Amino acid sequence: MMTNMVGAINSALDAILNENKNAVILGEDVGKDGGVFRVTDGLQAKYGSDRVLDTPLAESAIIGASIGMAMSGMLPIPEVQFAGFMYMAFDQLINHAARYRSRSRSRFTVPMIVRTPVSGGVRTLEHHSDSPEAYYSHVGGLIVVEPSNPYDAKGLLIKASHMKDPIVFLEPTKLYRLFKQEVPEEPYEVEIGKANVAREGEKLSIITYGTMVPLVKDVVEKKGIDAEIVDLRTINPLDEKTILESVKKTGRAMIVHEAQLSFGAGAEIAARIAEKAIFELDAPVIRVASDSLPYPFPGYENFYIPNAAKVSKAIDRIMSE
Amino acid sequence: MIFLLKDVFDAAVNYLQVMDENGAVDQSLFPKDLTDEKLVDMLRFMLFTRALDAKTLSLQRQGRAATYAPSIGEEATQVGSAMAMKPGDLFVPNFRQHGVYLVRGLPLDIFFLYWKGYEEGGAIPKEVGGFPYIVPVSSQLPHGAGIAFAQKYMKTGNATLAYVGDGGTSEGNFYEAMNFAGAKSLPLVIIIENNQWAISVPRSAQTASKTLAQKGIAAGIKTLQVDGNDVVAVYKATRDALNDAYNGIPSVLECVTYRMSMHTTADDPTKYRDSAEVEEWKRKDPIDRLRKYLASKQLWDDKKESDAAEEFKKAIDEAVDKAEKFTPDPESMFTNVYSYMPETLQQELDDARENGFYMTKKE
Repeated sequence: MMTNMVGAINSALDAILNENKNAVILGEDVGKDGGVFRVTDGLQAKYGSDRVLDTPLAESAIIGASIGMAMSGMLPIPEVQFAGFMYMAFDQLINHAARYRSRSRSRFTVPMIVRTPVSGGVRTLEHHSDSPEAYYSHVGGLIVVEPSNPYDAKGLLIKASHMKDPIVFLEPTKLYRLFKQEVPEEPYEVEIGKANVAREGEKLSIITYGTMVPLVKDVVEKKGIDAEIVDLRTINPLDEKTILESVKKTGRAMIVHEAQLSFGAGAEIAARIAEKAIFELDAPVIRVASDSLPYPFPGYENFYIPNAAKVSKAIDRIMSE
Repeated sequence: MIFLLKDVFDAAVNYLQVMDENGAVDQSLFPKDLTDEKLVDMLRFMLFTRALDAKTLSLQRQGRAATYAPSIGEEATQVGSAMAMKPGDLFVPNFRQHGVYLVRGLPLDIFFLYWKGYEEGGAIPKEVGGFPYIVPVSSQLPHGAGIAFAQKYMKTGNATLAYVGDGGTSEGNFYEAMNFAGAKSLPLVIIIENNQWAISVPRSAQTASKTLAQKGIAAGIKTLQVDGNDVVAVYKATRDALNDAYNGIPSVLECVTYRMSMHTTADDPTKYRDSAEVEEWKRKDPIDRLRKYLASKQLWDDKKESDAAEEFKKAIDEAVDKAEKFTPDPESMFTNVYSYMPETLQQELDDARENGFYMTKKE
């Protein structure tokens, strides 16, 4: 079927609810309304309000209750309406979801998939555009996934439903309806913890994910540069092997993400390249990211999010070294 | 135009006491299923809990246990509520419900592993029907709601007890969990173990609410205040609340008790509260009260008391020995984080292992 990311995620959720009778979707407006982005559209009508349920407006309770459900043999799939509201549940994710397996030596596990829309570029009100992947990756114990296209979104989500881990599933709002792709009707898995070489190249490795993948692809095509694009798909745990293989081949590494520059995922990736491949580099590693500021109001976001010009200039710089 | 002043809501909080401070009982309230044998068990578990506290405090002072939160004075709330649970009912504690674990049969070496600072102490066996201690105040209550949700979803016919202290009722999670349980008709009973002190902050400074139970009214769930030093009242209130919970009616019970000792071994209560207050509450000791009652019915005497003390000491000492023989395996820190071993984590483990976890051997 030709579908956008919303359709692909909806199809994955349908497959998960169909396969696992203990899987439930819970969150604000996920029922009749089908979620504010219509990602859960039609699922309550199909599976009933016991399995696709609207909750009180309380993010900590949504995630905290999901943890309790997960430890009781269910597969909760909570939706947090926007990543900017997930900080209300930060305690539950960091103090409990991330460490329950560890703090009970695997006696208790928390299989759940926390879905939330991330990143900006769609002119929404403040607090609706954050890119929080580094926060959740830092603690250890949470798997952080972020697809950049419909095919990966469906396969990663179905794979997540077969794992016994708390998975933070970040869905780039801007990519929800940006383009359509051929996606199999049937369930299939895309491996978690494995990056995708989205474009092969010999002269430069661009490591990126989420909203920046289509942007980077465009810039590379337009510039006609022989760059390899590594789409991480999973932020934590990082697929260091694929990154290093690519960088050792091309000798140049650039990291592009929408989240703020300082202490972002790019810092982690650059550090690993420095530790393990520095003598194979022909140029210093370059990071392209949003400036180290709180996410601005929509009127200013075009000055803030990395765009084609910023990526293009960085490519020129690294290729001239 | 006429403005009508009308009441749109009316509410009250009831208070339950069955056995007074002298061990006298209101027979009309006495639960029919509370046999003499069960009452003796209650006293024994309360004495066991106090003995366990004494031992763990002593271990902590000797550097053989980490920071510890004793439950001295709160035994009736813990034992009474735990004994009201049916098999299959589950509980979610905070960090102080040692009496609940004892009633539910936690192997004591696991208790000591936790308080000696090992995650193996969080591996609560399935048959105990409970979850590990939770430290971040009130954050366990939404878990309780989720566990109750699963019980309802899977039609187990059981319910969940979730514990919180008086300070914890000021947290957002307390309200969120009650509200979630009410909105979804979950089999959840929240026990507020109101021990009057949140470290150094007294109950009176915690909230302007006259009772803590009344906070449940806002969430639309059943509420009751209970004499938390009256084990019979706690048992009855919990049993009634659980029976409601099995039918999808959640409730909150405020058990009014007193922390006779420190918050944890890291503070000194004489710095922030009057000894007169402590003395006053000692007269309401939950153990003395039940002991008086059972003695008056010839169900308890000094011989039984000293036999029980010996029995508990033996069980506790054996568990301490077992826990002290435990050898931590640092690899277990790495192998219990994800359902699989990520390559990057494997690299860190390999490095640690090759270097003996950077532990220098003692000469």
